[in-house]
Amino acid sequence: MADIAAPAEAQPETRAGAPSAAFPVAPGLKWALGLLLPLGLALGWELAVRAGLAEGRLMPPPSRIAETLYALARGGELWAHLWATIWRVAVGFVVGSLAGIVLGALSGTSATARHLLDPTLQALRAIPSLAWVPLFILWLGIFEASKVTLIAVGAFFPVYLGIAGAILSVDRKLVEVGRVFRLSRLDLARRILLPAVLPEAIVSLRSGLGLCFMFVVAAEFMGASEGLGYLLVDGQQLGKPDQILAAIIAFAVVGQIADMLLVAATRPLVRWQDVARDRL
Amino acid sequence: MLELARLSKTYADGTHALADITLDVRESEIVSLVGGSGCGKTTLLRLIAGLDRPSAGEIRLDGERLSEPSPAVGIVFQEPRLLPWLTVADNVGFGLSGLAAGERRGRVAHALERVGLSEHARRWPRELSGGQQQRVAIARAFVTEPKVQLLDEPFSALDAFTRASLHEHLLGLWEESRPTVLLVTHDVQEAVTLADRAVVMQPKPGRIFDEQSLHLARPRDRLSPAFESATRRVLSTLDNSLKPAHLARPERGREAAALWW
Repeated sequence: MADIAAPAEAQPETRAGAPSAAFPVAPGLKWALGLLLPLGLALGWELAVRAGLAEGRLMPPPSRIAETLYALARGGELWAHLWATIWRVAVGFVVGSLAGIVLGALSGTSATARHLLDPTLQALRAIPSLAWVPLFILWLGIFEASKVTLIAVGAFFPVYLGIAGAILSVDRKLVEVGRVFRLSRLDLARRILLPAVLPEAIVSLRSGLGLCFMFVVAAEFMGASEGLGYLLVDGQQLGKPDQILAAIIAFAVVGQIADMLLVAATRPLVRWQDVARDRL
Repeated sequence: MLELARLSKTYADGTHALADITLDVRESEIVSLVGGSGCGKTTLLRLIAGLDRPSAGEIRLDGERLSEPSPAVGIVFQEPRLLPWLTVADNVGFGLSGLAAGERRGRVAHALERVGLSEHARRWPRELSGGQQQRVAIARAFVTEPKVQLLDEPFSALDAFTRASLHEHLLGLWEESRPTVLLVTHDVQEAVTLADRAVVMQPKPGRIFDEQSLHLARPRDRLSPAFESATRRVLSTLDNSLKPAHLARPERGREAAALWW
């Protein structure tokens, strides 16, 4: 990836004298620049609370949040909650995205399957997923099954839509290359369709994963005894804003790491791609 | 021998793309199809490649009827159509998947050498220029050594220098297995540079107007008088084909009127 990014990065530098040339120079500077705003705000708030300018009870200063996080981590509680949340997301994501990949591939490759499946799935998609919560609880109970199902539903739709759409939009011209070389249906799928849809498929998996994290919070709100979402509810009920913020920070870190892992795992598959920058 | 017998193609939307095309192409002959846009040249190649089906008539290769893509027919499209996820070498070897890895590698390396891209074998298509990409596409088509090679304006998007060097690469590859070549072009110079015979087509519906044989010695010298006169012959045939019947007639009418007065 580095050798591909290099020409794009180098270009602004060659335009000597242009004001933009000063910016993209060192990657370290970019990091520093990105950190400036959040660190500045945190430091400002910390100083304001210390100086007595603000009370900091409902909006605890960074030092208190850090203390809470540290205490939760040292007591082992944090890891138990993290583990519960990660497990739910992982199972829900795998189940939901697998279903999305299979049904999306069916609906993208076979017109019959598309006419059969797509109207129903589109209708189901129109239902706000959280509306299922009461039904899932009635059907599956208040424990893991209903939570994982909700998360799987969250992952399913973006993956299904992304895969089916990507297959339908594969360039006819490339498919013709396959026909000229007389590829069988299976080979056409394996050698042309699959690689052609990979970039879009990965983007849809990423948005599916993002939704999983959204839905795990909802799932853990509906009566969990552990998980980061439980920490949020618990913090609200017991009036502990520092715990809420600690859980939010944990969510941000876990979500970011999960996304980075997904990108890193799939990067070798799409290193041929002709894009200047990673898509968001 | 490639025989096209009374081929017609009418698309589902009613467009009459080809009418009654009859053409015989000898083995190892290079025939160029010349004509403006919309005279069905591309459609004709797609029928021969088996990508579309003719509405009437048939295509025979050495007496056998062709109706779907065949290993005996290769095609180079107007755009390179390389698979972006395969390296240059893998693109060239795309149609050789039936061969053992060793032989495939050897043939790919040889084809890449013929088009002068050996040092780019491990690159991605996007790292190549347009002309280089088209060379890869040509190598991909020739490496399977089909009996008939179809070329659909493969050089139309390239500049004159690139085009001239690609003509040489093409003739070099043709020399090796001497396939029958059908080359679609709208460039008369190109037709005269490469072909043994130029077939001029007319639009609406696409049909064959006339043909000129170009029996010039190879390699051809663009500046020789023979080359020039051949070019002129093709150009004048092309001019005649573009004179629509309904425009020619009023001319005659006006002449008659002048005589009357």
